[in-house]
Amino acid sequence: MTKTSTAPAATPPETTAGNGRHRRPLALLRDYGIVVVFLALFLALTLSSSTFLTSQNLLNLLAQNAPIGIMACGGTLVIIAGGFDLSVGAIYGLAGVIAAKLAASGDPVIALIVGVLAGLLLGLINGSLVSLFSINSFIATLATGYVFRGIAAIVTGGFLVGVNKDAFGQLGKAELFDVKISIFIFAALAIITGLFLTRTRYGRYVFAAGGNAEAARLSGVRVELVRTLTFTFSGACAGLAGIIAASRVSSGQADAGAGLELAVIAAIVIGGTSILGGEGAIWRSILGVMLIAMIGNGFNLLSIDPFYEPIVQGTIILIAVIADSRNEGPITRTIQRWRQKRALPAAAGGPPG
Amino acid sequence: MSSAPASTPSAIVRVEGVGRRFAGIKALEGVTLEIERGSIHGLVGENGAGKSTLGKIIAGVIAPSEGQLLVDGEPVDYRDPGDAIADGIVSVQQEIALVPKRTALENVFLGIEPTRFGLVDTAATRARYAELQESSGFSIDPDAVVGGLRVADQQKVEVLRALARNARLLVMDEPTAALTPDETESLLEVARTLRARGVTIVFVSHFLEEVLALTDTVTVLRNGRLVQTSASAEQTPERLVEAMLGRSLEQTFPERRPIVEPDRVVLGARDLRRGKALRGVSLEIRAGEILGVAGLVGSGRTELARALFGADLLDSGTIELEGKPLTATSPRNAVDAGIALVPEDRKGQGLLMGRSVRENVGLAHLGELSSGPFLSPRKAGLIDALLDRLEVPGHRRDVAAQLLSGGNQQKVLFAKWLVNTPLLLLADEPTRGVDIGAKRAIYELIGDLAASGVAVLLISSELEEVLGLAHRVVVMRRGEIVTDLPIAEASEDRVMRAAFGSPPADEPRDGGAP
Repeated sequence: MTKTSTAPAATPPETTAGNGRHRRPLALLRDYGIVVVFLALFLALTLSSSTFLTSQNLLNLLAQNAPIGIMACGGTLVIIAGGFDLSVGAIYGLAGVIAAKLAASGDPVIALIVGVLAGLLLGLINGSLVSLFSINSFIATLATGYVFRGIAAIVTGGFLVGVNKDAFGQLGKAELFDVKISIFIFAALAIITGLFLTRTRYGRYVFAAGGNAEAARLSGVRVELVRTLTFTFSGACAGLAGIIAASRVSSGQADAGAGLELAVIAAIVIGGTSILGGEGAIWRSILGVMLIAMIGNGFNLLSIDPFYEPIVQGTIILIAVIADSRNEGPITRTIQRWRQKRALPAAAGGPPG
Repeated sequence: MSSAPASTPSAIVRVEGVGRRFAGIKALEGVTLEIERGSIHGLVGENGAGKSTLGKIIAGVIAPSEGQLLVDGEPVDYRDPGDAIADGIVSVQQEIALVPKRTALENVFLGIEPTRFGLVDTAATRARYAELQESSGFSIDPDAVVGGLRVADQQKVEVLRALARNARLLVMDEPTAALTPDETESLLEVARTLRARGVTIVFVSHFLEEVLALTDTVTVLRNGRLVQTSASAEQTPERLVEAMLGRSLEQTFPERRPIVEPDRVVLGARDLRRGKALRGVSLEIRAGEILGVAGLVGSGRTELARALFGADLLDSGTIELEGKPLTATSPRNAVDAGIALVPEDRKGQGLLMGRSVRENVGLAHLGELSSGPFLSPRKAGLIDALLDRLEVPGHRRDVAAQLLSGGNQQKVLFAKWLVNTPLLLLADEPTRGVDIGAKRAIYELIGDLAASGVAVLLISSELEEVLGLAHRVVVMRRGEIVTDLPIAEASEDRVMRAAFGSPPADEPRDGGAP
């Protein structure tokens, strides 16, 4: 057995598995589909409506959607870290109510700040509950959402809390260079959160916590702390969004922002952030928010029956989730098979003689 | 000896020019192969060579990107494993695919429950389960919740499940990777029994001796291509290795180097206790020493590593690192103190499968790779230097970890702890599911780390690995260290006896009376 009769390996060195690493167009479309859809709709609206591409309309659109965009920044961190926050709609309402109540009797600026801090505290409560008792965050925040909403109703007694102080309305109404302050806040928050996620080590921890919690923990990442902080941030964002909205209408209302939590999650998912955690980006959620906003805007501008709007929205969410499904569903497999058949000449070899 | 009709060709399965790409990367290319009816056919190769992929294609788990699969001479086009099962082709996967919260019984009969009047016939199910246990020689409590079973037992449930489907072709992918030698022997016996009953088996494995002992024919794959198919009787492990690597591998283990500082105790653990898993474990590891930990699965080896790392809390006991008491109550503290853990389950505990290789390597030491809170692209060069050192190909560094072969994934796990050289490295099954080439690289790495003064705790189910690398071997059994041997006195026989708790010479299979 000195000599071996192995088939002569005439293959080149085996160090590299020798394979070009070109991304397939389909995979690219899946990853950047939101950009394509966003641009397509933007173009379509520009061509079909003379009002769409005016600074007036676009700035309105941004200002109207600044609160939901701000909440989406917080929500994206929560979802990437492997959680869900269903209480943001209630926090939004409660923060607005608290700010309005305090402003009626005290300094309006302090009242607004307290509104944000209240959101932060409520978020911290969410995060602590989820981490300390390791409960499913979907259920935990569903429950706290009811509680927060109930507290808001008790505080207001069910009535609208009006504020007649100019300073209170500044946050939602004031403009700088003809652009609403709320848009600057939204933009600043999106940029900061985006940089946080992609450029800081704490951003990496967020991805790690949602990607594989046990692996993250064994790498020394304090997973519970990371998750708690994402909920705290999400609460603060909801509080900020809530006071901006309250400021805009100069009043607080217990049922403000009802259902907003679902709109936030929809925007995040449409953007392409994985609901399973561990993957996603802020710019995706921003595009998601603005895509939904443009659909509504399009219905307005083109005077289409608004009853169809939710149908279109729901369909787009479904398409987003289908595009995101990374597993090979039966349809994907059938497509692959069909392609393969087409690619192969009909040279099916017979069985061996 | 086969009772198959004479008119059928002798091959049960033929693959023709089969290839498969994953995300554009070729895992398999132009493979043509026949599986003889009633034989056991081995598939060997390094990880990433494509042997698991080929096994999955034969079992209909994945579809080929090109080429044709023929069963009984007829072209088939399996859409999912269910189609293959209908043809009597069943696979037992490398990654366990059971429903963890349900019982063994339910898992074994999932989808094929015997029914009576539309309801599950529990009595018939149990009777059939008992039959299967009898014929396989396995004993698994039918009512045990699968998630609570040890990996080895879960593997057995997988095999039982395949048997319950009356498989005529069984594709077994690394079925013995998680089994102890005894369990392995009984599994091989099951395979032989099945062959005697006319079942064909495709056996994918890293363990060449096992493959040669069991199979009739063996096929070697390398880089997704078929290298050779030959009768197992004509082969030796050395020749298979040569075919797998395309070169010969002189020596599996690097030369053992002396302990760097025999007087410097890095780790001192005293009387560690945690429930039934650890019942008073004390040990010392010196700078540059590799301490091998042998023992059966469930003997407390993994629990020991996790406790030292702060991943599980201790009931009592003290841990000293460099003479200073370590109050490691969390992995974070352990990492800060200079302890590194390469966990046994790289998919579940080691890697972020969806994130890039670079990101995984950096995760444990982001502080060192950042300026303030911001990640520093300049310092990221450190990661490349580590990956160069471990020979992870450059074009694989920005892809998701899940697209790497097992060997490269394991290298990434090691690289993660080399950003800062640790004082103590806890390596739990460092070469599980890893090909021979990568094994050798990992052995060299462990040897080099020790030579540079790192204290190493090496846990392994592969005895030769422990004996080949360690300076000293301890054997664990039921949460205790039962034997502590310098390497010169450690033999496979002594270690195995200690692990099984058998006095010298009680079991004839272990070599008889001395």
